[in-house]
Amino acid sequence: MGSTATTIDRAAPHDAGPRSFVSRLRDGDEVAHLITLIFASTILLITIMLVWELWVNCRLSRVQFGWPFFTTSDWDPVFNHFGALPFIYGTLVTSVLSLVIAVPLGLAAAIFLSELAPRRISDTISFMIDLLAAVPSVIYGLLGIFVVVPMMRTVIGPALKHTLGFLPLFKGPNYGVGFLTAGIVLTIMVVPFIISVSREVLLTVPRDQREAALALGATRWEATWKVVVPWARTGILGSVFLALARALGETMAVTMVIGNDPKISASLFSPGYSIAAVIANEFAEAFSDMHLSSLVEIGLVLFLMTFILNGLARLLIVATERGGGHPS
Amino acid sequence: MRKILLVSLLLLGLLTTGAAVAGPDSTVLLNAAGATFPNPIYSKWFDVYHTQHPSVQINYQSIGSGGGIRQLLAGTVDFGASDRPMTDDQLSQAKFKILHFPTVLGAVVPTYNVPGVTGELNFTQHALAGIYLGAITKWNDPEIVRANPGVSLPADDIVVVHRSDGSGTSFIWTDFLSKVSDQWKSTVGADASVKWPVGLGGKGNEGVSGLIKQTPDAIGYVELIYALQNNMTYANVQNASGKYVKASLASVTAAAAGAAKAMPDDFRVSITNAPGPATYPISSFTWLLIPAQISDGAKRDAIKDFLKWMLKEGQSYNEGLSYAQLPKPVIAKESKAISQIQ
Repeated sequence: MGSTATTIDRAAPHDAGPRSFVSRLRDGDEVAHLITLIFASTILLITIMLVWELWVNCRLSRVQFGWPFFTTSDWDPVFNHFGALPFIYGTLVTSVLSLVIAVPLGLAAAIFLSELAPRRISDTISFMIDLLAAVPSVIYGLLGIFVVVPMMRTVIGPALKHTLGFLPLFKGPNYGVGFLTAGIVLTIMVVPFIISVSREVLLTVPRDQREAALALGATRWEATWKVVVPWARTGILGSVFLALARALGETMAVTMVIGNDPKISASLFSPGYSIAAVIANEFAEAFSDMHLSSLVEIGLVLFLMTFILNGLARLLIVATERGGGHPS
Repeated sequence: MRKILLVSLLLLGLLTTGAAVAGPDSTVLLNAAGATFPNPIYSKWFDVYHTQHPSVQINYQSIGSGGGIRQLLAGTVDFGASDRPMTDDQLSQAKFKILHFPTVLGAVVPTYNVPGVTGELNFTQHALAGIYLGAITKWNDPEIVRANPGVSLPADDIVVVHRSDGSGTSFIWTDFLSKVSDQWKSTVGADASVKWPVGLGGKGNEGVSGLIKQTPDAIGYVELIYALQNNMTYANVQNASGKYVKASLASVTAAAAGAAKAMPDDFRVSITNAPGPATYPISSFTWLLIPAQISDGAKRDAIKDFLKWMLKEGQSYNEGLSYAQLPKPVIAKESKAISQIQ
């Protein structure tokens, strides 16, 4: 109360209306405003410059191939013909695959850690999960080569063929490397993000919500699933899209286990290729200008894909907020 | 105060004129960029040369042949390095004349993991092309069996492995396949990255050898140096004379000697499938790319002196790092070519 009174006292001699620019400058408000504005606009500037650079440097292949760049699947540096479709396909398939596995896994783990586990266990495990999120991706790639690939060839692959082999998803030869292996390695990489963020969000759900549900006769699980999780829906979706962003852009770990063969195949066992991987693989030794230009253009495609998917994510969040959830 | 100012101005003046004139006492800093394959021997050379000639320092970035050529054309480096000669088209893009100087030799060897086979296999040229084209798909294909009497080969599908990253190794391999198979030449061609008809891609020599080790019935290719350093078993390849030759530093130098007779004056030559009974057919030079006109006298002298040193003393460091030496006729021809740098 006292502090409010003094502010009013100090402001009184100047003016009753809004404070003048000079006084705001003297108080530091205007300075802080300007500085933070400049810092915030650098983000925008960097993004615009990035797109501009990519756009300018891929002129050669844009002019040569036009829209069919997105729909053809020829990638031939010798005869200078380039199409991005298999790379777009590989990037989408591996990312979606990783989310399909990681979302239920991560969400369930987050629910356990925030709602059911004793605080001490929850904190210890969360600490380890945060550590996992900081491991460099090349380490996950090595883990993929030495552990996941042999397991895929000898255990997971044959088991899937035995049980679900009638689906086109699990037909064809299993080399150990391919879409599914890349998806699994990506899952391991993105699951810590989902758990860590979702747990934090679930912990912020007010106690009253749980208690109200329990008081209405809900079981503990019903309270969690029908009240707490919907309340935290926006934050959980946020964690999923953070995970998706990481999966889309992942390079080293993917190229080490995906097989690096630009083909479109319905089978998850077959080798594929991703956008980030082909850029990392071929950029340094790209000999012809057209090859280089096409690699830049495919980088622009990856940027656009992330842009569109993030836009869709925003839409989804807006849509779910309209449908219910917490008011803020 | 004024004294200090005067002295510092004088010093500054000395420094700038020193850099501009580059007298015998000042350091000459040369920037170079290019191929990754010869990076170990180049690092060794530049290091030894610097200890012997403290006034010359050469800074080499192994960013890849393509990047090296691009930086040379843009004028951001003093010289470049590449695992393959520049094309006529690239040379015509340059604002200045560029000379090629072969430095060392490398080779690429086929390696495999066939259950039950422990010894060295023989591959005909037709077999390697067929396997990489996807025309030969079984290990017991007559083309492979005929070259390996007494070896029991399984009736399994061949798993083909190639490099996924653009590399000089892939260029040498595809250059060889282009020479021995017309079908390869017309449908795939030779480049650091190509559109592979079949197979899995592994990143780097270690990625390829890792995939081969883990995948039964796999075949792939790695640099000879990598195979030697890791004690890998690798196959003998049929050469232009029809003999099966195991890759070694001697057989690689023999390939260069075989090609030396027909060596063009600009040294831009591919020595895959070179003539001669003892030559290993999947071999190649690697080149330094040097501008013919260097306006900075100190840099020009340093580069010319380094090239002379590289052709004499430098070659003695090759074998320690598993690089094959240049044959004598090539060294003689290069020594003459150094005078073209002006």
